[in-house]
Amino acid sequence: MSIFLDKNSKVIVQGITGAEGSYHTDRMVKYGTHVVGGVTPGKGGQKTPQGLPVFDTVKDAVEATGATHTCIFVPPPFAADALYEAYEAGITFAVCITEGVPVHDMLKVVGTTPGMRIIGPNCPGLVSPGKASIGIMPGHVFTPGKVGLISRSGTLTYEVVDLLTRAGIGQSTCIGIGGDPIIGTTFVDCLREFKNDPETTAVVVCGEIGGSDEEDAAAFISRHMPETPIVGFIGGRNAPPGKSLGHAGAIISGNFGTPQSKIAAFKAAGVPVADRPSDIPRLLAERLAVTV
Amino acid sequence: MNLMEYQGKELFKRAGIPVPRSGHAVDAHQVADYIEKTVGEWVVKAQVLMGGRGKAGKIKFANTADEGRSVATDILATPMPPNRQNPKGEPINSLLVEEKLPIAKEAYCAITIDRTAKKPVIMVSRFGGMDIEEVAEKHPDSIAKFYVDTAIGYSPFIGRELAFESELDAGYRKQLPSIVGALYDLFFRYGAKLVEINPLVLTTDGKVYASDAKVELDDDALFRNPEFAEWQKHLPLDEDEQLASKAGLGIRNFRRFDGNVGTMANGAGLAMATMDAVTNAGGKIANFLDVGGGANAERVRNCYELVVNNTGAKAFFINIFGGITRGDEVAKGIVQAMEETSSRKIPLVIRLTGTNEEEGRRILAKAGMTPVETMDEGAKRAVELAK
Repeated sequence: MSIFLDKNSKVIVQGITGAEGSYHTDRMVKYGTHVVGGVTPGKGGQKTPQGLPVFDTVKDAVEATGATHTCIFVPPPFAADALYEAYEAGITFAVCITEGVPVHDMLKVVGTTPGMRIIGPNCPGLVSPGKASIGIMPGHVFTPGKVGLISRSGTLTYEVVDLLTRAGIGQSTCIGIGGDPIIGTTFVDCLREFKNDPETTAVVVCGEIGGSDEEDAAAFISRHMPETPIVGFIGGRNAPPGKSLGHAGAIISGNFGTPQSKIAAFKAAGVPVADRPSDIPRLLAERLAVTV
Repeated sequence: MNLMEYQGKELFKRAGIPVPRSGHAVDAHQVADYIEKTVGEWVVKAQVLMGGRGKAGKIKFANTADEGRSVATDILATPMPPNRQNPKGEPINSLLVEEKLPIAKEAYCAITIDRTAKKPVIMVSRFGGMDIEEVAEKHPDSIAKFYVDTAIGYSPFIGRELAFESELDAGYRKQLPSIVGALYDLFFRYGAKLVEINPLVLTTDGKVYASDAKVELDDDALFRNPEFAEWQKHLPLDEDEQLASKAGLGIRNFRRFDGNVGTMANGAGLAMATMDAVTNAGGKIANFLDVGGGANAERVRNCYELVVNNTGAKAFFINIFGGITRGDEVAKGIVQAMEETSSRKIPLVIRLTGTNEEEGRRILAKAGMTPVETMDEGAKRAVELAK
């Protein structure tokens, strides 16, 4: 099984005729994702090269296709609008790939769209290996299995997935939650889903400096998932305080967001923390062996 | 983007937050001029982004034009000395001449974004005029907080509640709700990540003023307020950010350190992990560089030059895991950089995997380069080469 996304999830793409939107739509379709159409205002009635219908509004797309999932590729000033449009049309699962969305836009969106699960913004999306992919992750590195993976980064996710796949460890669902200060779905939200997924038997949490999402995850794990084999990783251990490294959210300010605090929180929750990504498969195998 | 005090107070004025009378000056002459024309008692304050001005002797009193000229000359004579957060110190390019307030009490008021609650949080404390981190440590219960529901926004009861909960002096009570409301408007209207009044002064005659202003704006929202581009010109320029934007990168994508192993990766998470891998291998990193998603050959070449020309790198580890980024484009960029650039040459270690890696490896092989297989191996080799 998988969380959030499977073979039957009906997906539309907002911004489907743009350069990014059309390229990644093609990759999603080739991966096996059930993409049912897309939206570009003013291009309703056209077809994409894959023969998918294009609609003027999300409302039209949902009415015609019954889509529940959307993947958003629109420029930053219009991302909040795209999310509101999806919400009003009844979409229940939205992935926002866009990087550079104003943080106040996201504050308003997450506070006013109850019931719609948002992944991102500034994220690579998610993959349920062998079933479906929403976003921009390279499908070929994934392999189906029982380990869930959550990460604040995109390429680091590929790195870790590749290491797992090479070690013969398959994945149930891999989610890049995004590197911004305000994101729709946190580690804890994903952990809660993995906990309820009978076929996810272990989880890898790839965190980084900044914020307290990792500490919150550790607290959730020790309270609700003490038996589940979970391995952590914290990127940016050598970052200086006061400066964002790449991600707007990856910033140490004062005593907040330091790698030490995150590593200590994981260890206190019984979660081994890998010093380097290449240690993750070994630590995971050890944890799995212990609980088997 | 962090604003100077005088810029923050300009926004405060627009929002209707009471601030003391003041004038902005770029030299001692302008300070004397202002005091000459305006009757009162004055404080002359260095305009810098770093904290600790008082301790550094960069805030001084003056009652006459001559005194103003003399203290201004004094303040401008030396830059802000370094401290723990700002190891380089900061040049002082301007001053704020401000009316001296008859202070009865000092409090603290700020609004920022709480990542876990995903809400704006308003904070009030009766301990003003000192570092809020220090207050949080010594008197954690003194900070009253309110998490704002963005669907409702600010309402005056929030200010009343905070005034009572934080046990502010009764003199603040009447004015606090409207000041917090104005601060909240400003926070939202200009897309701020932090607005802070420290201290929020209650005067002996019962008036409340913002005596300092700290405003951090969201860089991603600057497009909505084009005037801030002009303001930015008056802010101290961060060399790393300048270099990054010149190379066509986002300002957060490049940062220098004092080690000798240069790094480049695609994606911030992988770039941070690459830095960590170099440190794990016993090396010292010269920089952080996220080349971004979908980089073409030209951007790769620019990034190569950025690192080689501006850091102390003696070896350079390029770590690419292609998703949107194509291995052949990266390889082309590296080969171009090696062949065409006039930059100094340093030993290169390349790890190239993911999308189009076969084609990328062919291009590198033709130029006599062999990529390593893993991140750990690449880090180890780069550290050895830098020795």
